[in-house]
Amino acid sequence: MASVSIRDVHKSFGEVRVIRGISMEIADGEFVVMVGPSGCGKSTLLRMIAGLETIDAGSIAVGGRVVNDVAPKDRDMAMVFQNYALYPHMNVYQNMSYGLRIQRLSKEEISRRVNRVAGILELQKLLERKPRELSGGQRQRVAIGRAIVREPAVFLFDEPLSNLDAKLRVQMRAQLLTLHRGLRTTTLYVTHDQVEAMTLADRMLVMSDGRAEQIGAPIDVYNRPATTFVAGFIGSPPMNLIAGRIGAGGAALEVAPGSAIRLPRPVPAHAGRDLLLGVRPEHLEPAEPAAACFSLATDFVELLGSDLLVFGYASPGKEGGQIAARLHASLRGRSGPVPLRFDAENLHLFDPASGRRIGD
Amino acid sequence: MVERRPLFTAAAYAVLALGVLVVAFPVYVTFVASTQTFEEIVSVPMSLLPGTHLLENYRGALTAGSAQAARAPVAHMMLVSLIVALVVPAGKIVISLLSAFAIVYFRFPGRMFFFWMIFVTLMLPVEVRIVPTYAVIANLHLLNTYAGLILPLVASATATFLFRQVFMTIPDELAEAARMDGAGPMRFFWDVVVPLSRTNMAALFVILFIYGWNQYLWPLLVTTEESMYTVVIGIRGMIAGGDAATQWNLVMATAMLAMLPPALVVLLMQRWFVKGLIETEK
Repeated sequence: MASVSIRDVHKSFGEVRVIRGISMEIADGEFVVMVGPSGCGKSTLLRMIAGLETIDAGSIAVGGRVVNDVAPKDRDMAMVFQNYALYPHMNVYQNMSYGLRIQRLSKEEISRRVNRVAGILELQKLLERKPRELSGGQRQRVAIGRAIVREPAVFLFDEPLSNLDAKLRVQMRAQLLTLHRGLRTTTLYVTHDQVEAMTLADRMLVMSDGRAEQIGAPIDVYNRPATTFVAGFIGSPPMNLIAGRIGAGGAALEVAPGSAIRLPRPVPAHAGRDLLLGVRPEHLEPAEPAAACFSLATDFVELLGSDLLVFGYASPGKEGGQIAARLHASLRGRSGPVPLRFDAENLHLFDPASGRRIGD
Repeated sequence: MVERRPLFTAAAYAVLALGVLVVAFPVYVTFVASTQTFEEIVSVPMSLLPGTHLLENYRGALTAGSAQAARAPVAHMMLVSLIVALVVPAGKIVISLLSAFAIVYFRFPGRMFFFWMIFVTLMLPVEVRIVPTYAVIANLHLLNTYAGLILPLVASATATFLFRQVFMTIPDELAEAARMDGAGPMRFFWDVVVPLSRTNMAALFVILFIYGWNQYLWPLLVTTEESMYTVVIGIRGMIAGGDAATQWNLVMATAMLAMLPPALVVLLMQRWFVKGLIETEK
């Protein structure tokens, strides 16, 4: 097991700058999820850690040893690929033992390790099968097994669940968590799925356009997104970002002349400033007109069974942008504007130019 | 066919039967001739029913060859042909596998240049470069040797190109997984690339065996001694020129014998051959 240090790494493919200076310290045994939209550089960063891509600038250290110029096989890491990358002509046993055979371990040791891991992953009955005779979930378990038998210092997962169906993904997610609890091996996991990131991560690295937008525990990232990008990326539906100007006294956000959102926590320091107000759809709740922060002119609704998603605007001219609210399904059928309120702790403010969080 | 119409079906069968006839009839005549005596063949009209001298003719051809012209026994020619037809595909496959592996999996200066060099030679038939090739082989004193017969036929742009296409269908992740598992390039080649190309190698072997077996122009140039004649050249040698009478019964027996090995290879390797041509899953 080992810690991993990423220190100001950069990477370009020709003219395209894929990684623009990312730093992160990953503790021994930590489960870190790198999450971001496709093309944000998260897979490239993982491949740089694996040694499959070179590092243009900066350094990556594993267990205190800088590995920039160390071959992948000598980095003591094992990787699980998105498309499994099982050797098609080898059976499950051969697939799992291939790395061990190259390390010239004894037959008994190889057999002991493979059988133990096959036991953990319930692969005993499949050891003689070829990959093409396995289902997607089974292939994925074999790919994970192939990584575990090597007993590496670090596990690398590159979107391992994205080829599975939704139900299997939930099962595998739980299995991965159980595995990590048992093995306590440092794990780096790349995904574009925020649910995977939220459920699996000890800490997550939210990436956008080759930069780290925020590094932190999932709940902190959710509760205090550092930028508008994170606010929009984590959470579903994404956080509402309402453009407007803080009125005199800092008690309300003026979306348009005559339309204002009362702030549950006054911010006199920002009076007169153009800001983005962030509030999550699930934090909006119906209120008495007198206690409401604003009233939502409903545009359309989506019924999700238990919940009702209401989309609308805070002003008649649709200034400020669309606002979504996740309300209880029993509110269905109500017509007219919906008075809504939210708590002071759920108020987020962002600078519209830089996108950075301000206030608190 | 979507519709079932008796007339159409009959017409289709008629066309197919005609095709079979055109292809099979010469083979049949060859076979019939190889079972008759010399006198029976040259009599007009020649009988289209098999004669009674099958064993005699074949034994004669295999052991003694034709009495008038080439005197090498056909059995020996068959052996020479077999060696050529086995070593040419083997050599081609080994060289093409390695060169395609280099082109697909390694980045080296001039990689695309070399690929195009190989690719361009695809368009040059053997006959175009046969004179310089002959000069090279002659200067190396390789005339009338197996090396001289085989070496110029071994380099193959087609096979290199084919293996390149095969390798490009192998997902990059397999190479990366092998790197993570600690396999070096040659280990990856042996453990992953070669096993995954097995069916393609088999298909190529069938094609190249026939290619090697049927070589005519090149063996004709580099062999002057009867002990190095391939069977295809041997048939030509047995057809006497000038006044001497050609022993057509023995020539036809030899022709039948020359047809056998390629037919056997195709029959025995048919399953692998088809698999190698159509299999896409990697």
